[in-house]
Amino acid sequence: MNLFYIITSNLLAKMDQTDPKDEEPVKALEDKWKLLPAFLKIKGLVKQHIDSFNYFTNIEIKKIVKANEKVTCEADPNFYVKYLDIYVGMPDVEESFNITKSVSPHECRLRDMTYSAPITVDIEYTRGSQRIIRNNLPIGRMPIMLRSSNCVLTGKSPAELAKLQECPYDPGGYFVVKGVEKVCLIQEQLSKNRIIVESDRKGNVGCSVTSSTHEKKSRTNLVVKQGRYYLKHNTLSEDMPVVVVLKAMGIESEQEIVQMVGTEDNIISAFAQAIEECHKLQVYTQTQALTYIGNKVRQRRVWGSSGGKKSKTEEARELLATTILAHVPVVEFNFKVKAIYVALMVRRVIQTQAGLIKMDDRDYYGNKRLELAGQLLALLFEDLFKKFNAELKMIAAKTIPKPRAAQFDIVKHMRQDQITNGLVQAISTGNWTVKRFKMERAGVTQVLSRLSYISCLGMMTRISSQFEKTRKVSGPRSLQPSQWGMLCPSDTPEGEACGLVKNLALMTHITTDMEEGPIIRLAFNLGVEDMHILSGEEVSNPNVYLVFLNGNILGVVRNHQRLVKTFRVLRRAGYINEFVSIYSNQAHHCVYIASDGGRVCRPYIIVQKRRPMVTKRHIEQLVQGLRSFEDFLGEGLVEYLDVNEENDSNVALYESLITGNSTHLEIEPFTILGVCAGLIPYPHHNQSPRNTYQCAMGKQAMGTIGYNQRNRIDTLLYNLVYPQAPLVKSRTIDIIGFDKLPAGMAATVAVMSYSGYDIEDALVLNKASLDRGFARCLVYRKQNCVLKRYANQTFDRVMGPLLDATTKKPIWRHTVLDSDGIAAPGLRAESKQVLVNKSMPTVTASPLQTQAGQPQQPEYRDVPIVYKGAADSYVEKVMITSNNEEAFLIKLLMRQTRRPEIGDKFSSRHGQKGVCGLIAQQEDMPFTDFGICPDIIMNPHGFPSRMTVGKLIELLAGKAGVLDGKFHYGTAFGGDKVADLSEDLVRNGFNYLGKDFVYSGITGEPLSAYIFFGPVYYQKLKHMVLDKMHGRAKGPRAVLTRQPTEGRSRDGGLRLGEMERDCLIGYGASMLLIERLMLSSDAFEVDVCSQCGLMGYSGWCHYCQSSRNISSLRIPYACKLLFQELQSMNIVPRLALSKMID
Amino acid sequence: MEQAMEKIRTRVSLEEHDVKDVHSTDFPGTYQGYDDSWNQKKFEKNFKIDVKRLTDSEMEFDMIGIDTAIANAFRRILLSEVPTVAVEKVFIYNNTSIIQDEVLAHRLGLIPICADPRLFEYRTEDQEEPTEMDTIEFQLKVRCMKNTHAPKDATDPDELFKDHKVLTKHMKWIPIGNQADLYGKNAFRPVHDDILIAKLRPGQEIDCRVHCVKGIGKDHAKFSPVATASYRLLPEIKLVKTVEGDLAELLQTCFSSGVIEVEESNGVKRARVADARRDMCSRNVFRHEELKDCITLTRVRDHFIFSVESTGVLPPDVLVTEAIKVLMSKCRAFVTEMHEQRSK
Repeated sequence: MNLFYIITSNLLAKMDQTDPKDEEPVKALEDKWKLLPAFLKIKGLVKQHIDSFNYFTNIEIKKIVKANEKVTCEADPNFYVKYLDIYVGMPDVEESFNITKSVSPHECRLRDMTYSAPITVDIEYTRGSQRIIRNNLPIGRMPIMLRSSNCVLTGKSPAELAKLQECPYDPGGYFVVKGVEKVCLIQEQLSKNRIIVESDRKGNVGCSVTSSTHEKKSRTNLVVKQGRYYLKHNTLSEDMPVVVVLKAMGIESEQEIVQMVGTEDNIISAFAQAIEECHKLQVYTQTQALTYIGNKVRQRRVWGSSGGKKSKTEEARELLATTILAHVPVVEFNFKVKAIYVALMVRRVIQTQAGLIKMDDRDYYGNKRLELAGQLLALLFEDLFKKFNAELKMIAAKTIPKPRAAQFDIVKHMRQDQITNGLVQAISTGNWTVKRFKMERAGVTQVLSRLSYISCLGMMTRISSQFEKTRKVSGPRSLQPSQWGMLCPSDTPEGEACGLVKNLALMTHITTDMEEGPIIRLAFNLGVEDMHILSGEEVSNPNVYLVFLNGNILGVVRNHQRLVKTFRVLRRAGYINEFVSIYSNQAHHCVYIASDGGRVCRPYIIVQKRRPMVTKRHIEQLVQGLRSFEDFLGEGLVEYLDVNEENDSNVALYESLITGNSTHLEIEPFTILGVCAGLIPYPHHNQSPRNTYQCAMGKQAMGTIGYNQRNRIDTLLYNLVYPQAPLVKSRTIDIIGFDKLPAGMAATVAVMSYSGYDIEDALVLNKASLDRGFARCLVYRKQNCVLKRYANQTFDRVMGPLLDATTKKPIWRHTVLDSDGIAAPGLRAESKQVLVNKSMPTVTASPLQTQAGQPQQPEYRDVPIVYKGAADSYVEKVMITSNNEEAFLIKLLMRQTRRPEIGDKFSSRHGQKGVCGLIAQQEDMPFTDFGICPDIIMNPHGFPSRMTVGKLIELLAGKAGVLDGKFHYGTAFGGDKVADLSEDLVRNGFNYLGKDFVYSGITGEPLSAYIFFGPVYYQKLKHMVLDKMHGRAKGPRAVLTRQPTEGRSRDGGLRLGEMERDCLIGYGASMLLIERLMLSSDAFEVDVCSQCGLMGYSGWCHYCQSSRNISSLRIPYACKLLFQELQSMNIVPRLALSKMID
Repeated sequence: MEQAMEKIRTRVSLEEHDVKDVHSTDFPGTYQGYDDSWNQKKFEKNFKIDVKRLTDSEMEFDMIGIDTAIANAFRRILLSEVPTVAVEKVFIYNNTSIIQDEVLAHRLGLIPICADPRLFEYRTEDQEEPTEMDTIEFQLKVRCMKNTHAPKDATDPDELFKDHKVLTKHMKWIPIGNQADLYGKNAFRPVHDDILIAKLRPGQEIDCRVHCVKGIGKDHAKFSPVATASYRLLPEIKLVKTVEGDLAELLQTCFSSGVIEVEESNGVKRARVADARRDMCSRNVFRHEELKDCITLTRVRDHFIFSVESTGVLPPDVLVTEAIKVLMSKCRAFVTEMHEQRSK
């Protein structure tokens, strides 16, 4: 303890040394952005996911097992199973019985397997009277997150990754389940165990606490009704007066109750009524209070509880101890802390009503916690583990009493598949069902989008909120100032999920849970007085500050400033974990310490005495590789601040803005943006929605998806034939490696009007550019085929191509097939040609009837895999493999090369999308003095209303870069200056505005305007005409209604809808209506009997048993169907026919 | 007045924000007192071609005294209607390289083939078999091997592997019919022998045959005989006021080098237009308020500075004559068509 004080005082003394050159202006720190790559080097882009998963597999899983370590059985008091330890191993695959081999993620992707590792336990149990210890007993398999500590990829060099067919730029952080890449989206939630004071819809102030522990989740509300305070909880059938609750908690003296709530005049007067009510109810003692509560407890069957009946009082006491405010620990019914907590809730409400403190804001990001894969899996695993143990217990209870030959060995009853399937099922469907919390969540995991590298990264940083999408609320959707630096202000989808789906900023880190014990001890050492030894008076004393740790009251402190200061000093010195945050709230008179998981935080440079702690020398050492980001943290130069602590700090954006009050300095302003927004050059010059649009479109851009893209067999994969790194880069682009895995091409753009095919943002493309490979793309599609074995020993087979009898050549449908009956790589498949000539036995269920003496010869039916598509495809490769479920798995990769055509969608990096409206010959394109003609002509009307000035600057920067043979930077809030770019242009003999003297390619005369001309990075988006074009003259019809089918995929008709019909009615085109709605749809000749008005059949009325009055009508088939359906429910529609008279 | 009229007639003027007088106006009757009707004699007197620079691949010449439409026609024809020979069909026997068949074929298509298109005929669409009159065949057969003699610590693919780069020099001409006798042994080859087609790794192989046919750039850019062909109008810079001192030096920086000279006489620096032709018309003078009025920028309407960059298939001067021939044959066709129409 002494040593501890020495350290603290030394550190504080060091801090207090005054710097002699105090008043000099602070020089800007060059290249401090280099801290960012250093940060990402240790943290990585998706470190949140990986950290969280690592925490789960290495620490939390052990805690879960520890909490549920013993399984006992009532049948045999000697029987027990005790878990000693649990491990998650390295991923492997069981190739045959008991033979396992290590497996790489890519193999799992290709073979549709799950990348998982065995979970093994060490147990101690009894068999008969023996006590046995078994080590490394498998109980199930855990899907392993890529690049987590248990993944084979961790710590591998790029060359080693290449051997495993993995891309070094792939961020990891997802699972491979049944061959599909699945990401656990980050879930945003309101933080647990915190008091939140809010007003309800009527304006009544109330306060709520959502408690969450390992066992229980509950919500406790404090409401005000007619000036009295009530506790509301869903286990109580009616609202409970607070004073009664406090009395039930053993605070019988009303004086103490008032002292706890507060002795200020206004508080006493506000609280008086509540005490009065308690008297009215005649509740004076703890027993009375407990009985009162016990009578109001909502009766329900408690799940899994045994033991006999409890009295009402006991029930109420139990409820208060474990369910109401569950997170406040109650040891041996010592309600002291919980009572103080309740009193504090009342105090907060009273103070808020009086306007002394402000209401809490639900949307404030300090009140949010992010739930990651690790936490979600922990919930699920604990549930599964409990179920597993419950099952063991049940088996033991059933089996032990039975007399049997062999001794009962519980190990033989440990089934692995329950935990394995539970985890795999949850991750692959995204349905998270946790019984004990009654949690039912869908869409937790999603398939990792591999459209482009950016879409993949974007998905890994996505945060989904628990709010309902349909609700029209602006609060949770709008940008909160507290999200500054933590969440990207640009990257959110448009439409219903706007503002609810968010993305992390570049430097955000999400904390994991931490041990509270050491922090509690430290707090007590730093002068916090334990709550248990204090009286109510001392708690609400205005001279002390309450100290909270993760929402629980620790105690009070007299000198809170010293506590906070010392705490921070110790943290900077590395004695406390860097992610523990501390801040004080003057209004609440509280000091909050947080060490819980799911807080967002980000690093800042520490400023002391107007000086940033990071100096030029540090950066130099960083560049030389003598320093890492951890050193910066360890030496107290940089520290992490979470939202709450950030709110308590004074952060200077630039060195020049450092004042005497500054505590921190921003590392780099552009890090407030996320991955997707970081690609935009000069985003600070754009209108903000444009950046949002680009964030959405960057995810649809084609390009490259990874170095292993040619080894992948994905359902759908888009590639650009000649992707190019952007000419105008940003620091983010360098850091995330977008220039290594680009999605787009540099196009020479002329901003001018041309023809008339460029209205509404349409682009004119140069045909020669397309001939030379501009924006050419490859589309890969997968075809799957499984050969099954059936119960009756029959199996699917693949036959070679059918030969034409006369020519001895394969029939047309089979021309693509190789002799093994599977399409040969390199061949071109047309629509309706067979790719795998599979046939299937006609009888698969019942055993075959064998004729005596004859071998079994099952009959087969052709079920070929047929290629369907508007354009031909080439067979890129064929893979034949197997896995645990399927004995024979065939995957074909089909390839198309597409040249841009009219209607294909393009976009620049500024949310400026457009379709190709015309492809013009090169000689018709305008050209400059240098003979340059554009690849793309863009209509200038795209600029005034969109205000994408960034695009204009990108063009200038691109042009200047091309002329000097270098890349320019358009980093957000920085980047190369327009004036410098203009100078570069002038130096190279170009106009300083970037406008060129241009000749018309058609007339050859100069254009009367100067044309803004230069390279801009263009993205080809995945929406292509070829995938969308559709028309039909005649085609398939629906079986039931005989009307044309619907939708492009079914070659459907184009509907003449109600509104179009209304037009025709209004116009009076009755014959056209008849034609569209009946003749071209479902005309049907029906024989109607004019006598009975019912429909007959082939000239005969079945009702009248005659053919005399039959007439033939043409009606829609749907009409006939309606009549028949009505008849079937005993309603007779009769058609009244009359003779048509001239 | 006369002068202003003359300027409008013969010059395109470059102002700060726009270009004035862009259109030709020398049609008969546009201006009073001018005889703008076309006559052969006047044209012959004014028309001039002046070749400034001529190398194997590039050419710059001035075409003076001709209407924009005609000059532009030459440019357009050079780009898209002078025929060349390029790869049209690729027969892939084996391609185990990383590059896709279609992309390989596309890359092969863009290789300029050194073959005089005048020796060949267009291949008709319905024609099945290639003949010596319309097709040149090449073979490309490369297999990458490990270099067994490579030093152990080598990391450079050039040392580690043999033939890991498929270049145009690997393309072998296979004469069809009597082509070898007609044109000699190595008559046809790609223009450059170091164009990278694909990269291989040991065990990978490309084995294909390509058929080259005659075609025009309108059909596909690979048939275009020029890297680019374009013209610019001759710039003309006139000093309206004398520019002296520091301003003269400022003026000099506003133009491409060599356009403005600063002479020093009697200790006074004075700007003089030395060679307006070298100016790239960046109009940067207009940035300076004090220089704006000292100068007029114009371009001569009928003085075209042509620049033709050949892909190397044919020398640029031949391309220009070919272009002229194409235009002539078009005119001839048009004239016959008109006669035919009239006789009907």
